[in-house]
Amino acid sequence: MSNDATDRGPDTISGGFAMGRRFNIGGMPAAPTALWLLALLLVLAAVASSWQTISAGRAALRAAGVPGGPVDAAAVLLGLLSVIVVLPLWRGYRRCGEVRRAAAAQDIVAARTARAAARDAAWIAIGSAFAQLIMVLGGQFLLANDQTVSKTFFLVPLMFKTFPLVLKAFWVNIKIFLMAEVLVLIWGLIVALATFAPGIAGRPLRIMATIYIDVFRAIPAVLVIYLVGFGIPLTGVPILKDLSLTAFVVIALTLTVGAYVAEIYRAGILSIHWSQTAAARSLGLSHMQTLRYVVVPQGIRQIIPPLLNAFIALQKDTALVSVVGVIDSFNQSMLIASNYYNLSAVTTVAILFIIISIPQTRFVERMMRRDRERIRAQG
Amino acid sequence: MSSLFIEINDISKSYGEQPVIKHLTMSVDQHQVVSLIGPSGSGKSTLLRCINGLESIDQGEIRVHGDRITGPGVDVNALRRDIGIVFQGYNLFPHMSVLENVTLAPIRVLKQPREEAEEKAMALLKRIGLVHKAREYPDRMSGGQQQRVAIVRALAMDPLVLLLDEITSALDPELVSEVLNIVRQLADEGMTMLLATHEMGFAREVSSKVCFLYDGAVYEEGLPEQIFGDPQRDRTRAFLRSIHEAKRI
Repeated sequence: MSNDATDRGPDTISGGFAMGRRFNIGGMPAAPTALWLLALLLVLAAVASSWQTISAGRAALRAAGVPGGPVDAAAVLLGLLSVIVVLPLWRGYRRCGEVRRAAAAQDIVAARTARAAARDAAWIAIGSAFAQLIMVLGGQFLLANDQTVSKTFFLVPLMFKTFPLVLKAFWVNIKIFLMAEVLVLIWGLIVALATFAPGIAGRPLRIMATIYIDVFRAIPAVLVIYLVGFGIPLTGVPILKDLSLTAFVVIALTLTVGAYVAEIYRAGILSIHWSQTAAARSLGLSHMQTLRYVVVPQGIRQIIPPLLNAFIALQKDTALVSVVGVIDSFNQSMLIASNYYNLSAVTTVAILFIIISIPQTRFVERMMRRDRERIRAQG
Repeated sequence: MSSLFIEINDISKSYGEQPVIKHLTMSVDQHQVVSLIGPSGSGKSTLLRCINGLESIDQGEIRVHGDRITGPGVDVNALRRDIGIVFQGYNLFPHMSVLENVTLAPIRVLKQPREEAEEKAMALLKRIGLVHKAREYPDRMSGGQQQRVAIVRALAMDPLVLLLDEITSALDPELVSEVLNIVRQLADEGMTMLLATHEMGFAREVSSKVCFLYDGAVYEEGLPEQIFGDPQRDRTRAFLRSIHEAKRI
């Protein structure tokens, strides 16, 4: 210990704490045996339970009179898929052997590399087996109690039989949300602009718009639908009372979602830096011209993702119109459910909503990711 | 030929409790270039924004061509048509191409036909050597190019006076001269200009008058050679000395 480490006395900044210590990041590695055994255990459980579930499912389907050929083919295919999880386990086993050989040969780098690969493989096996066990649990739930669960929610023949009826009713949902979306876009912008009404003259308008936004964001949508759908006809107000029930629920949804969308527009407008307004006004553009040509076009770009999210929520909220007796898909499926004492038609509705929702959510995600990347590219 | 163009009489302005301009009086003659220099916070930018009507004043009055432009009842939109302003941060509209930036106000405010406005915009862009960028968007251009477009955007309204608010402060050093060249050219053509600037060399070269602002008022004013060569008052001297020490002159 005669190098410069001794020169660094205790009163230096670096302190000399490390005097005499050797660089050490561990010695010769051993094979991750315990981890691999855990993986083995989970994989065995996953494969065994998968096969049990598949055979139980096969028996149930055959008992239900589904043709044997396709069922057997599906069972075999699933059975084969369920053993794929053994592959990483096997890879991990071979790597463990490599670790031992490298350790015997005193090759520390090779041993480390093999150990890392062995651990990776074992973790992959554990992760896959765990996911497989969760799926098995789901399958077991469907088969539980003599398959009553699957029959209650997924009675396929009934789903096919009632599908035309449900689909026709689903058009009502689509019609309602399309109309509401168009109205919401306009109404939300009007309300948002009202919150920016300038000067003292604009203050009453600003206050009213703010109250409207607060109130309608506070009331549950289903209450607004109920109040408008049942209340307005009772009031007997001319013109209004003669509108159709569909029109009432479109109005109700527009009122509710319009408050949210106004707030989204507002956020978009506020996100535009005041210097843009200053530049526009300094060129002689009026307040409205500035909003129209400079602020709103820039704000809209930023709010498309939250706007689409609000639309997706609105689409799902159309199922609430059943409370006032509109025969939408949910209401129709509930009628079917009480006739057949089976909920499969409701599942059909759920599937229809999933089909229209997921592409939109993916689209929004992609758009937001692109925006983030663009911002990062600029910075 | 020099006739009184902008008269600023004893104006004051505060943001809340914080006074920014205190009894400021000054004037700009027609075809004159007046530079406002002074430490940050001395009120240069606020003064320009008051002349353009972007800020209201609490006291005093501003007259342009003898007509009072402050106080109630003034049509600020009409006022701004004739008084152009260029900002430190360019403030181009990022969702519009260069051509759209330049033609927006002529089309929407002056109600010029689109072809006429575009023709004029292209002529202006040609003069600053950016005609090939007409269809580009601002974020695809350098700061110097953006600032030149911002100047053209103000010029497209045919303003009687141009207010320049530290227009080179946000620029990389090598881009400053391309912007200053345009200002120099405008000065040669007789454009009336009032500029807040930290470019002392440029102010000295181009100005007909220099006003040193300190603490919200004109502390000392005079010909450029007088202010820069032989300042009379302490604060002016101290300011110019610190500028010299930073080698920014």
